[in-house]
Amino acid sequence: MANRQIGKSVPRKEGRDKVTGSARYVDDLTFPDMIHGATVRSSVARGKILGIHFEDGIPWNEFTIVTAKDIPGKNCVALLIEDQPCLADQLVNHPEEAVVLLAHPDKYLLEEARRAVRIEIEPLPAIYTIEDSLSRKQVIWGEDNIFKSYQVEKGDVDKAWSGADFIAEGEYETGAQEQLYIEPQGMIARANPADGVTVWGSLQCPYYVHKALVRLFGLPKERVRVVQTETGGGFGGKEEYPSMIAGHAALLAWKSGKTVKIIYDRAEDMAATTKRHPSRTRHRTALTREGKLLAMEIDFTLDGGAYETLSPVVLSRGTIHAAGPYDCPNVRIRSRAVATNAAPHGAFRGFGAPQSVFALERHLDRVAGAVGITPEELRRRNFIREDQTLSVGQVVHEKVDMGKLLDRALELSAYHEKRKRFQQENSSSTIKRGIGFASFLHGAGFTGSGEEYLASEALVSISREGKVRVLAGSTEMGQGTNTVFAQIAAEALSLECEQIEILQPDTSLVPNSGPTVASRTVMIVGKLVETAALAIKKSLVESGFLNEPYSSKEFENACRQYIDKFGPLESLVKYQHPSDLHWDDAKYQGDAYGAYAWAVYVAEVSVDTRTAEVRVEDFVAVQEVGKVINPVLAAGQIEGGVAQGIGFALHENVVWQEGRMVNGQMTNYIMPTSMDVPPIRVFFEELPYARGPAGAKGIGELPLDGTAPAIANAIAQATGVDIRQIPITPEKLFEMLERVHA
Amino acid sequence: MRSYVPAYAIEAPRNLAEVLERMAHEPGAWKPFAGGTDLMVLLEAGKLPHKKFLSIWNLQELRGIAVTPAHVTMGALTTYSEIRRHEVLAREFPLLCRAAAETGSVATQNRGTLAGNIANASPAADSPPALLVYNAELELVSARETRWVPYQGFWKGYKQIALREDELIRAIRLPRDKTGWVQSYRKVGTRRAQAISKVCFAGAARMESGRVADVRIALGSVAPTVLRAIETEKVLRGEKPAPAIVQAAQETLAREIAPINDMRSTARYRLHVAQSLLAEFCEKLTA
Amino acid sequence: MREVSQKINVQCEINGQPMTLETYPMARLLDVLREQAGLTGTKEGCGEGECGACSIEMNGALVNSCLVPALQAEGAAIRTIEGVADRGQLDAVQQAFLTHGGAQCGICTPGMILAALNLLSRYAQPTEAEIREGLSGNLCRCTGYTKIFESVVAACRSSRQRA
Repeated sequence: MANRQIGKSVPRKEGRDKVTGSARYVDDLTFPDMIHGATVRSSVARGKILGIHFEDGIPWNEFTIVTAKDIPGKNCVALLIEDQPCLADQLVNHPEEAVVLLAHPDKYLLEEARRAVRIEIEPLPAIYTIEDSLSRKQVIWGEDNIFKSYQVEKGDVDKAWSGADFIAEGEYETGAQEQLYIEPQGMIARANPADGVTVWGSLQCPYYVHKALVRLFGLPKERVRVVQTETGGGFGGKEEYPSMIAGHAALLAWKSGKTVKIIYDRAEDMAATTKRHPSRTRHRTALTREGKLLAMEIDFTLDGGAYETLSPVVLSRGTIHAAGPYDCPNVRIRSRAVATNAAPHGAFRGFGAPQSVFALERHLDRVAGAVGITPEELRRRNFIREDQTLSVGQVVHEKVDMGKLLDRALELSAYHEKRKRFQQENSSSTIKRGIGFASFLHGAGFTGSGEEYLASEALVSISREGKVRVLAGSTEMGQGTNTVFAQIAAEALSLECEQIEILQPDTSLVPNSGPTVASRTVMIVGKLVETAALAIKKSLVESGFLNEPYSSKEFENACRQYIDKFGPLESLVKYQHPSDLHWDDAKYQGDAYGAYAWAVYVAEVSVDTRTAEVRVEDFVAVQEVGKVINPVLAAGQIEGGVAQGIGFALHENVVWQEGRMVNGQMTNYIMPTSMDVPPIRVFFEELPYARGPAGAKGIGELPLDGTAPAIANAIAQATGVDIRQIPITPEKLFEMLERVHA
Repeated sequence: MRSYVPAYAIEAPRNLAEVLERMAHEPGAWKPFAGGTDLMVLLEAGKLPHKKFLSIWNLQELRGIAVTPAHVTMGALTTYSEIRRHEVLAREFPLLCRAAAETGSVATQNRGTLAGNIANASPAADSPPALLVYNAELELVSARETRWVPYQGFWKGYKQIALREDELIRAIRLPRDKTGWVQSYRKVGTRRAQAISKVCFAGAARMESGRVADVRIALGSVAPTVLRAIETEKVLRGEKPAPAIVQAAQETLAREIAPINDMRSTARYRLHVAQSLLAEFCEKLTA
Repeated sequence: MREVSQKINVQCEINGQPMTLETYPMARLLDVLREQAGLTGTKEGCGEGECGACSIEMNGALVNSCLVPALQAEGAAIRTIEGVADRGQLDAVQQAFLTHGGAQCGICTPGMILAALNLLSRYAQPTEAEIREGLSGNLCRCTGYTKIFESVVAACRSSRQRA
């Protein structure tokens, strides 16, 4: 039977509100007794807090003032562990660490007051680099500055070197990247001992915030409620950080007895909240004369900032993706996430994989050169196939054909013709042109036993009027959750999307579907929604009130009759981990992900050698994703991700000074404008994944993995410059071009 | 919003005479406020120490572009959008129009004014190099007097201009004497739109039989002020722009400018780009 | 104690309605619209005139409302996103954004739609280059701009068909 909803570009469910300006983001909300909150932060990277001084000229008696000692429960932002304080108490470990909270009805006076709080800190020596952290110049966290480390072993790497015809080495680095959601972080809280704590805000994971508030206040779960407001972009930047700002707003609300709103201005948001982990990767690769991979030894390090937060999980994904979609008999990956005195780094779309994939794909182009074959040929000779094994020992059970994806991408981008033409034309032009690609994969869902641990749930119910409601903790932040869930439920129930209502995530109403991250929302939670909707249909049909095929009117009648006779009808579905997926956490081996999306991206660039400016002229993105549920939304995800990848590769440079981001303004932290992106041409292939709803896999993070290395490879081809680092700013490229000409 | 907004006074006098009267009465107490595209950014960042402003935005006396046979005279409040749309400016003063098109975005161009840009005196401003190449003159008015000064030399130092406390800029006048000159403007910024300049180059040359009969070159973002590269001009003047001359000009340029390292770029890069843009300009002269 | 300005009454027209708004003279027009006028469709993204989320039309010109002091809105005719749809009937640009995926998270959308409308009031059939330039003051982090361009082109086409 043909799909009615799946594969259709159903317009965004909350789209009308968005295009008329009536969608309500957190700063659009007001409450009658609402006052404003602000955060006073450390200006020092590391030190002992000696005192907090409140200067004259402010009517302090009108203010609510909160410090660590006002915390009713545990002073921590509970996440994987509880090492990060909600408010610094005796020590500060990074610039911009929160120390004091203030609230007042007058938001202008609040800013004056913020200036009038002086935190006296005796500085301690701080460390800012991976090298200093690893060498333990100072030990600032735990025994050895290491949040987490992994070791992946496949085959026997040590034996492989002697048999190699070629050995190639390289070191690669990626910088921090700011998520730069256009809506800054914000939260509104109401909290008092009688009613408990309620927060409304811009967030991706209501149950992460819930868990953190329960711990912060020492309250039972039922006394804490988290509601997601319309969220203006997240990209991971609102995965863990909202727990911090929610805690702050709630503490001020608790002490003041009023509703408190905290909205960050852009400068504060950039300097104080999470960014993508900077990385350093070292590759050592053994190959045969024909360019067949014999061994890969990979050393992967992430800078995690001052507290653990999510670094172990970012490291995990980066580690598992480090050896790419290639068949290599011997692999060793050693990885670690280390502490430095910067604001903790955190989740950002791709979550470790953009870092390790950049290194790998750049490295393989260089390796191809060393062997004397083309980058394309090197990939073709090593692409993994069905029944072969990835680096962590996962046997590929998908009918993936990377060679075919590569064929298609190279054809669509006119790669061969352009590569040849550019080589000819470049010698007589100051504008050098180049074309490069990256081939990669991205696992959807939580790694290994993660989904089992999350034990996500989704619920579908019907009303007496025949309205269908989907209740899930998954959030909409632009990626299309509301619309795709509606399509999945409508398809299962043979209804139209208008009949499906997606509830606003509110922990007092919706079950815990796990966080909205890891490209899991459609593939994992969407499947739960599909299963629940099918169960509803089954109940209605088995009751005798509904016969297939049915019209929507008949469906409505059946709902009324069922509920009148039997009472409410709902289906709560809990995630069942497939019994054939096994993961060994101790050995870091096994089935890392239920499914992978596979991709080849091609970037065409022009480099003005006079100014070292790079322009991306054309971009082709080909990916196999299982099933495209909504073509406009799916293409939108890839296009937006590629634009972020262009920023990651070329423009987005965080300027650090003693652990603090100093270019925290949109003028000085450069994201692409409409004039900085090329035509982005997106193409999908579909090999349905049996366990995904309608066969769909996850795609949200995929584009961040391949974009930067494709661009770097193109620049290398255009100019002969050996790119090892991103962002490739004109200043850096200019220095490298000088060396090439020298 | 980092500033204490209630502490700021801004008032809108009904006419220019009233503005000048108030500025004369308490010199330095009240400052003119035009479109606000610079001042409001400072206000939001908590970096606007001056608290009393006179809004001149609605004063018709400061608007309008007048064309005479010898000059184009732009009122102080001429916006970048108005510059871009003006037929004579587009035809005879392309460097200024290019600069206007590369300033901020459409929204900034609708509110940013030429006088505001001049008074803000940022060395990274986009229009001043063009104004220097065109030998702009400024009409400065106060309650006491009106005077015309060349824009060249108006800068005293980083963000300092020779504007008295009781004065404001009423008009900017450009002599219509660049017809037939080869003109080149290029801004190298942080991205393709809404970019702060890393290096900005404006050049115009009158060619006679392949020789540079006369030349004007000005650069932004490579010194504490926007500057006229007078020594570099001397190297080119009277010569054919052959490679040896271009190289000599580039070496002279390196001595005339003083680029720095800052959060946007490096001194080495800025120097290299300035020299590249000079070479590009010279190529245009031989084409 | 700090010296404080007197509040003023700013009289202007917003979306065709005359309004009098009591505010500090240096307050940002953005805040006056959102708070005193209760029109929260216009958004703050950066507070420095870079992102365009606060874009409105003032006397027919596109401006960043975070950079306009309230005093200067005196006597102005202002259009915000709330004034775009005509009694519930979506404008062609709004409809195109819905059909073609021009809005994802939606926070840049009000400003982007105002910028698109302003562009179309100046160029009836803009080229792709003109669209890119006209929208270059509006930053979008979600879409990569591709579907925003497609939406604007589609809106032109549908306007041309209706004309």
